[in-house]
Amino acid sequence: MEAARKWIQVIVAILTNGSWSFPFTKTLYQGPLKVICAPGLNCYSCPAATTYCPMGSIQQLLGGLRFALENGQYYFGFSVLGSIGVLGGLFGRMICGWACPFGFIQELLHKIPSRKFRIPRMLSHGKYLFLLLFVVVLPLVLVDEFGSGSPWFCKFVCPAGTLEAGIPMLLLQPNLRSTIGLLFLNKFVIMLLFLTWAVFSSRPFCRTACPLGAFYALFSKVRLIKLHLDEAKCTNCKACHHVCPMGPRVHHLPGLHEQGLPVRRHLPGNRRYSLGRSGQGTVPCR
Amino acid sequence: MSQTSREPRKKRTLRKAPFVVITAFLLLWLIGVATGEPARVLEQALQVCLSCIGIG
Repeated sequence: MEAARKWIQVIVAILTNGSWSFPFTKTLYQGPLKVICAPGLNCYSCPAATTYCPMGSIQQLLGGLRFALENGQYYFGFSVLGSIGVLGGLFGRMICGWACPFGFIQELLHKIPSRKFRIPRMLSHGKYLFLLLFVVVLPLVLVDEFGSGSPWFCKFVCPAGTLEAGIPMLLLQPNLRSTIGLLFLNKFVIMLLFLTWAVFSSRPFCRTACPLGAFYALFSKVRLIKLHLDEAKCTNCKACHHVCPMGPRVHHLPGLHEQGLPVRRHLPGNRRYSLGRSGQGTVPCR
Repeated sequence: MSQTSREPRKKRTLRKAPFVVITAFLLLWLIGVATGEPARVLEQALQVCLSCIGIG
C-alpha cells in the first residue's frame, strides 16, 4: 500500500500541476480546469497549476465579501467549502498523506539522511489557529478603505505559495523582480525554515501550520473511509509511532479505538508489516 | 443443515454520520454553484495572485 500511496502522490502532483506550457507562455494555465478544487495545498498561482487552491480561494472570497454583498453577489465561499467538505467527509486527513503535493515535497526532504527530531505535540494546535485567524477572521475583519480584505495566510505565511508560485513567477517574469520587498523576504524565510525543518522532522508544515490539514482534521470522527485499529492484533510494540510520519501516540490517547483513528500496528512476529505498512504515512491522526 | 454449520456473522453497522456530513457539504456546494461562485473563483484563479506569492 505504501508503494500505491507514493504513486498516487506523484500522479496527483502531476495532475494538479499538469500545465507544462509555462516556459513558453511565461504565465499561468488559464483553462477551464481551474474551476476544479485541488484536494491538497497547491498554489493556484503556480504556473503549472491546473486547479485552484481551496485555502487561497476561500481567503479571496471572504476578503471580497463586503464588496460582493454591496453588488448583490452572495459569495460566501460555499462552493469551495462544499468541495473540501465532501473530500473531508470521504477521506479526512488521508488526503494529506495521499494527495497533497506540498506534503509530498516535505516527505522527499525528510528522506535526506540526517538526525531526526520529534515535533512537540503542543505545536500541532497551531494549524487550527492559522485556519481560524489567517484564513477566516483576518481576511473578513481587517479591510482596506475599499472594504477589501487580504488573503492573510497566503500573503504572510504560505511556504507552498512561495515555493510553487513566487519563485517560478519571478523567474518567468523579470519585471516582477522590481516589486520584491520585505513581504517576499518574510515569506522566503518562512519557506526556508519549513523546508529545512522538513529534513529533520516529518512534515512540520502539515503538523503545525497547514490550515487545510486543520480543516480535514475536523472530519476525523465522521469521515467515511478510515483505517481501524485492531485491538486484538496489537502487541503494544509502538512500531506505529515510528512508521507514521505524523507521529501518532496511540497509547497515550484514550478512546482511539472508538474514534477509529487511522493507525495500525504490526502483528507479533510478523515481518511483513502488513498492517503497519498500510498505515505507513497515510495519515495524520489528528 | 447449512445454517447450523455456519459461523455466526459479526453484526456490521453502517455509520450514518459520514453520509449526513457529505450530503450537507454537497448541498453547500450546490448553493455556492447556484449563486455563481465558481465563475468568481475561476476569475481569481486565472490571474497571478501577487499577494499569494508574496510580492503584492
